[in-house]
Amino acid sequence: MLNAAIWPTLDYSRVPYRLYHDPEAYQREQERIFRGPTWNFLGLEAEIPNPGDFRTTYVGDTPVIVNRDPDGTIHALVNRCAHRGAMVRREMSGNAREHTCIYHQWCYGLDGRLNSIPFRRGIRGKGGLDPSFDMAAHGLRNLRVASVNGALFGTLADDVEPLEDYLDAPVLAQLRRLFDRPVTILGYNRQRIRANWKLYAENTRDNYHASLLHEFLVTFGLDRSTQVGGVKMDARHRHNITWAEAESDTAELAQEAYGAARVRSNYLSLKEPELVRFRRERADPLNIAITSVFPSAVFVQISNSLAVRQIRSRGVDEVEIFQTMLGYADDPPDLTLHRLRQANLVGPAGLVSMEDGEAIEIAHRASKADRHSTTVIELGGAGVISDRDYRVTDVPLRGFWSYYAELLGIEPAGAVR
Amino acid sequence: MTEGAPRSSASDRFALYDLFVAYGALIDAAEFDAWLALFAVTCTYHIVPRENYERGLPAGLVYCDSRAVLEDRIRALREANKYNIHTDRHLIGLPRLIGEGGDAKLVEAPFAVYQTDQEGQTRLFATGLYRDRILVEADGLKFRDKFVLLDTFAVPSLLATPL
Repeated sequence: MLNAAIWPTLDYSRVPYRLYHDPEAYQREQERIFRGPTWNFLGLEAEIPNPGDFRTTYVGDTPVIVNRDPDGTIHALVNRCAHRGAMVRREMSGNAREHTCIYHQWCYGLDGRLNSIPFRRGIRGKGGLDPSFDMAAHGLRNLRVASVNGALFGTLADDVEPLEDYLDAPVLAQLRRLFDRPVTILGYNRQRIRANWKLYAENTRDNYHASLLHEFLVTFGLDRSTQVGGVKMDARHRHNITWAEAESDTAELAQEAYGAARVRSNYLSLKEPELVRFRRERADPLNIAITSVFPSAVFVQISNSLAVRQIRSRGVDEVEIFQTMLGYADDPPDLTLHRLRQANLVGPAGLVSMEDGEAIEIAHRASKADRHSTTVIELGGAGVISDRDYRVTDVPLRGFWSYYAELLGIEPAGAVR
Repeated sequence: MTEGAPRSSASDRFALYDLFVAYGALIDAAEFDAWLALFAVTCTYHIVPRENYERGLPAGLVYCDSRAVLEDRIRALREANKYNIHTDRHLIGLPRLIGEGGDAKLVEAPFAVYQTDQEGQTRLFATGLYRDRILVEADGLKFRDKFVLLDTFAVPSLLATPL
């Protein structure tokens, strides 16, 4: 049974392995997190600029159409026909006046309304639907949609706080910073990792691993834990911003720190230094800003590469990372080229990200055999969950689990939040 | 540029076959210095998801717009990156000469790459199409532009070794 007694500690410094493997946990996550009171990233307004433009996506396991109607209003619709439960819109993207299910051609408007049913009155008075059939009650279900400067979020819950309250001030400020002017889509990448989706959600909140697992960061001087940086959360500690300031440490300090940790730190020069060179674009000096929004979105700035990642659960043992690479509409050509080059850093083949796929697969694989053993989450201290102005910490993982426990209804009495 | 299917001599064809055979074999053997020697001094290497290619979106999974970036990536693979321990097996279809552009041959070839893990399990890792520009140089054919159009754009686990 999944209940509050599964937690050995009240500060979420120990997480039982079963939570990565139990089908029961997965089902409850779908119900209470993805179909529950959370806001899920759907896509960008820039991906559907014109009336009729649509894209298909997912909220947890639920397939969703996001489209723009003739008035310019954006709707998000559950992509499932009211008749037989078939996927109505099969394409990834396109432009359409309506969505017609191929199975029996039930036809829906871009606002989700059921517009027409073939042979509704039968043929020559025979067959068809009873005249009392209520068309209005059989549309595609609408999600509530809200936007932060063109970043679209949707929710399947009726009783969720407004998006801006859900995100809270620090996260909202990060999204407004990233989307401070119109963006352009440079492309997509996808990765299927044989691990539970929460291992990836934890990974993006784990500042401790970055320069240890991703040796490229340190070897080529892109990012080091000796830089000024830290973690910053919302009041409920469900989201997290991992941040660092460019050129805020010295080579000597880094040598000393990484020498002791037996990590190579030889600052080898690259043949193409532009791969890592940070071109400062804003008043602030941030060259790393990784904003994880509960449950499944990550907004990423690593040097000058910009992206949004959507964590798509694909059953208890698999996760898809769907990443949208961004630039700004007013980027000059040389900056676009710079971002495309620095896209080498991220994604499934990323020089500072490919390791995550392997790390969470081996965590998933080895933890499966022993559901009652636990992980250890104590970097930066156990106990209270709070922001840190240093980088050797994984405190935000405990924030994630605290909110997870609350939503799943397994929060122990007296637990930290 | 001449479109269509240009005629080529048997020896020209065998030279192309040799290039592609060496290309796959050297990756599978992890002989990356010899592999790099199959590229011209000025070269590019891109791996682009079909999803992006079909929409005219420029981003790649691997984006080497110069030999310097390609060499940096190979060096990172050897010295910094950690990835699933595996062996690769390239199965490359017969290259098809589709045109001549300036001093370059335009050549397509389909490929599949299987990966085998340490416990001997093999899975299909990637399939796609090479669309390359190839130069005739004094010491043989060289890749000027290697464009890997990736059908399997939902990358299984991660992509470390070149395709």
